[in-house]
Amino acid sequence: MAGGKEIRTKIASIKNTQKITSAMQLVAAAKMRKAQDRMSATRPYADKMRQVIGHLHHAHPEYKHSFMKEREVKRIGYIIVSSDRGLCGGLNNNLFRMLAKEIRVYREKGIEVEFCTIGKKALGFFRRFGGNVRAQITQLGDQPHIENLIGTVKAMLDAYESGEIDRIYVVYNKFVNTMTQAPMVEQLVPITSEGEAELKHHWDYIYEPDSKDVLDNLLSRYLESLVYQAVVENGACEQSARMVAMKSATDNAGELINELQLVYNKARQAAITQEISEIVAGAAAV
Amino acid sequence: MAMTVHVDIVSAEGEIFSGLAEMVYAHGVMGELGIAPRHTPLVTRLKPGEVRVDKGSGEMQHFYVSGGILEVQPHVITILADTAIRARDLDEAAAEEAKRRAEEALAGQHADFEYAKAQAELAEAVAQLRAIERLRKAKKN
Repeated sequence: MAGGKEIRTKIASIKNTQKITSAMQLVAAAKMRKAQDRMSATRPYADKMRQVIGHLHHAHPEYKHSFMKEREVKRIGYIIVSSDRGLCGGLNNNLFRMLAKEIRVYREKGIEVEFCTIGKKALGFFRRFGGNVRAQITQLGDQPHIENLIGTVKAMLDAYESGEIDRIYVVYNKFVNTMTQAPMVEQLVPITSEGEAELKHHWDYIYEPDSKDVLDNLLSRYLESLVYQAVVENGACEQSARMVAMKSATDNAGELINELQLVYNKARQAAITQEISEIVAGAAAV
Repeated sequence: MAMTVHVDIVSAEGEIFSGLAEMVYAHGVMGELGIAPRHTPLVTRLKPGEVRVDKGSGEMQHFYVSGGILEVQPHVITILADTAIRARDLDEAAAEEAKRRAEEALAGQHADFEYAKAQAELAEAVAQLRAIERLRKAKKN
């Protein structure tokens, strides 16, 4: 029987792979649901914060925090949100490709770029290609906590306040739906005015200890929460991308198994036919 | 019925409480606060500690916040709660840690982003994905 055993082991090994990919698909689906819940849970905080900042801004139009001032752009900082693990299709690659395009545009204008990476994939990317990475964090896990991000974000905001960088962008994947993730570059600071809600009425507050202190605190938390949102959203994207990738891997494995099974059956049949004809020929000779 | 005020307690990781209350107690940086409905507008930082929400008829809910900001409007009280203990020097240390990690991870690397190399490798990865896609389509037809 020509290659019968080899085909059988091959089928067995593909079946094992298929088991793994379908398990990964199920796990990713479950995690995606949780990540989506987490995504919607982060919204009220940012919304409330935007309202409070809007109020403060209305009450004190003369006081402009440095996070709100536009200035001439010489250096740009990117906070890049990526996944820690692979096997999620082209998710990270698409993001990096878009980023690389942006970087080229700025480089042609003579603007320098700096980075801050979240997640192993982004770090690996810059480890390969170089680039001024100011801060990084990896291994945030499936349930990212904001306290792990504080340092990384602060490192960038400090650089902004000391004038080392003039603008900060967040680069992440936006969750459109389970099948689609859109790579996004969003401006973090200076805070764009579209974020401020129009108010019908406003009032002045009593500030404790004072307005500047409160606003400083609010703004840094607001920016952290935006980055946190990006991380959570990217997490949901990662899971959904992995789910889709693993689903197609499972389907492919199934197709391969079917094809191999066909080849195996043919080989087996041929072997049996041959054996029979040998026996018959042998019997006729006697 | 006693006067009530809408209270929202939210943290970056999720909503903690939302509902009506007769009185809210919290630890502000300047001292303990008790806020009744129609309180004058106020914004204050909170110290780590307990926030109590009196929902009336003797029902009291307790929450722990590790700091945050309390905003009072006449009919809405918003507490933007921190989930982590925050202090200037703690944040500073975290920032230093993040920078140190970056330096460690990229030790001996050149600071220039190699655009051409990156572009080539990314294009290759994307081309691979596309090729797989095309193969799959060709197979199906």
